[in-house]
Amino acid sequence: MTSVDYRLPLTVKKAIAVWVAKFPKGRQSSAVIMALRLLQQAEGVLQKHHLDAIAVHLDMPLIQVESVFRFYSMFYQHSVGKHVFKVCNSVSCYLRDSERILAHLEKRLGVARNEVTEDGLFTIQETECLGACCQAPCMVINDSNYHYELTPEKLDVLIDQLKQEVS
Amino acid sequence: MVNMKDISINSVCLRTLDKKAPAALKTYLDLGGYQVWQRIIKERPDPSELIQTIRNAILKGRGGAGFLSGLKMRFIADDAPHPRYLVCNSDEGEPGTCKDTLIMQYNPHQLLEGMLIACYAQGMSACYHYIRGEYQAQFDACETAIAEATTRGFVGENILGSSVNIHIYNILGAGSYIVGEESAMLESLEGRPALPRSKPPFPAVYGLYGKPTTVNNTETIASIPLIIEKGADWFLEMGCENSGGAKIFCLSGHVKNPGVFEVPLGTSFDTLLSLAGGMRTKAPLKAIIPGGSSMRVLPAKATKSLTMDYDALAKAGSSLGTGGVIVMDRNTCMVQTLACISRFYKHESCGQCTPCREGTGWVVRLLDRILDGKATQSDLTMLRDVTNSAEGRTICAFGEAFTWPVQSFLEHFYDEFEYYVHNKHSMVTGCQVKGGRDV
Repeated sequence: MTSVDYRLPLTVKKAIAVWVAKFPKGRQSSAVIMALRLLQQAEGVLQKHHLDAIAVHLDMPLIQVESVFRFYSMFYQHSVGKHVFKVCNSVSCYLRDSERILAHLEKRLGVARNEVTEDGLFTIQETECLGACCQAPCMVINDSNYHYELTPEKLDVLIDQLKQEVS
Repeated sequence: MVNMKDISINSVCLRTLDKKAPAALKTYLDLGGYQVWQRIIKERPDPSELIQTIRNAILKGRGGAGFLSGLKMRFIADDAPHPRYLVCNSDEGEPGTCKDTLIMQYNPHQLLEGMLIACYAQGMSACYHYIRGEYQAQFDACETAIAEATTRGFVGENILGSSVNIHIYNILGAGSYIVGEESAMLESLEGRPALPRSKPPFPAVYGLYGKPTTVNNTETIASIPLIIEKGADWFLEMGCENSGGAKIFCLSGHVKNPGVFEVPLGTSFDTLLSLAGGMRTKAPLKAIIPGGSSMRVLPAKATKSLTMDYDALAKAGSSLGTGGVIVMDRNTCMVQTLACISRFYKHESCGQCTPCREGTGWVVRLLDRILDGKATQSDLTMLRDVTNSAEGRTICAFGEAFTWPVQSFLEHFYDEFEYYVHNKHSMVTGCQVKGGRDV
């Protein structure tokens, strides 16, 4: 698809409008972070033509959209699986064996960090503090679904569930 | 030591925690919530009186810097132009800190009432509540709270039939530690990367969209309704000298029951540790980082008769910070732990200032060289030199945030670093851990 052809989905446009309305008139570029999040949810990993469309829609410079896209960690720069496991490896989780959790995930799913499993279902990433230090070790799936006090056993149950959802 | 029975737990920001439906409007109203707000709208007290009460309560910023909140509010000049903005900082991300999440999820109405009072006191008609990107559940709870409060007329246009208009907007981020720095947050709200601004001008003069702005932490704002309701003295008496009120502490790491406890400032460290069930195993305490990972580490001996308040922690050589207390037992390798902490700061440096962008990388590479068994004694000197040449030379406090852990780990546990360099394995675990992991 060329950039000329691409149009923002109507549902995404509507969702962006809710965020634009939170900011003063003429400050619609304040909604760029949420606009990118919403588009990523709808389209998966964002490409140049997606960023173009956001820049046009919010009437802001493309370079500003691109710099926001590059800066914030929730925007995927590479392809990812359907379920992205972001495992916290900051100090509170580290002290409660987050490395063991990461190692178990890599072994169980047969991929290294930042890779995608062959079935396209899973990506494991290390992430920085998720703000759940008293329920360590923790991870967040797809940036909103928290899982706490992880053990290899809990992870196995979870992975089986997620695999079943597909089949 | 304080008798455990005498300790009042969760009595300010977390006071709904033990209720049946903690976040519900009814629960908050039953506790007397929004009465202060209704009285303010009815009686229209002089805003400066409200700010004076907050000043008298010696409420200090709970986000880490500990700056006097009442004084910060006074920075908005009486004749400052409108619109003015309040920004509530819920971008919780300092390793070891998980407190604002509980306020948003379990006591969102008190936070909302705090924002409303703070807006009134500073002549503001809009508050942006910036919530970290991953806190979707907390965002939802805050949205529900606004919807509930709107039906009662507490927020929005013509509040309670008056001419007062205050709008509160919940905003979500997209993953960034530095966005928690107040001027970086303003950049982010304006739709740009979160690069801290050079100061002056300070946000009170040139803030969001160039307008007068105050940025306060969630816990700070959520403390305000009770201070106004019960008075500055009530808050002061709960705390200790120079430290008004209660503070939320998050005990993580090698404790038996990691948890979040709101206790009066000045509570002893031993009491806090007991609340978390003591140490996880028989291995005794080795060190704590008392206020989130950017604060200086304290060896166990410094925690003897230590009280948890601003002055006592400063005297002990660290700082209260966010109240994220990271507990380490004897089996902790300090070289590896510092490498973990330093990787965080390398990853999260915004890259704007050279001493920070380059310095965080140097620190991680030097620590990796030690872990790989390839370091020499001079690398330890270099580690110290790198941090000395970065501290105080950056736009924001990140320069301190990444150097204080390095300096304090070297100060208190130098023998472990030296041992690792000479023996190519950890003094504690006896193992060599491969460094060099990319971040």
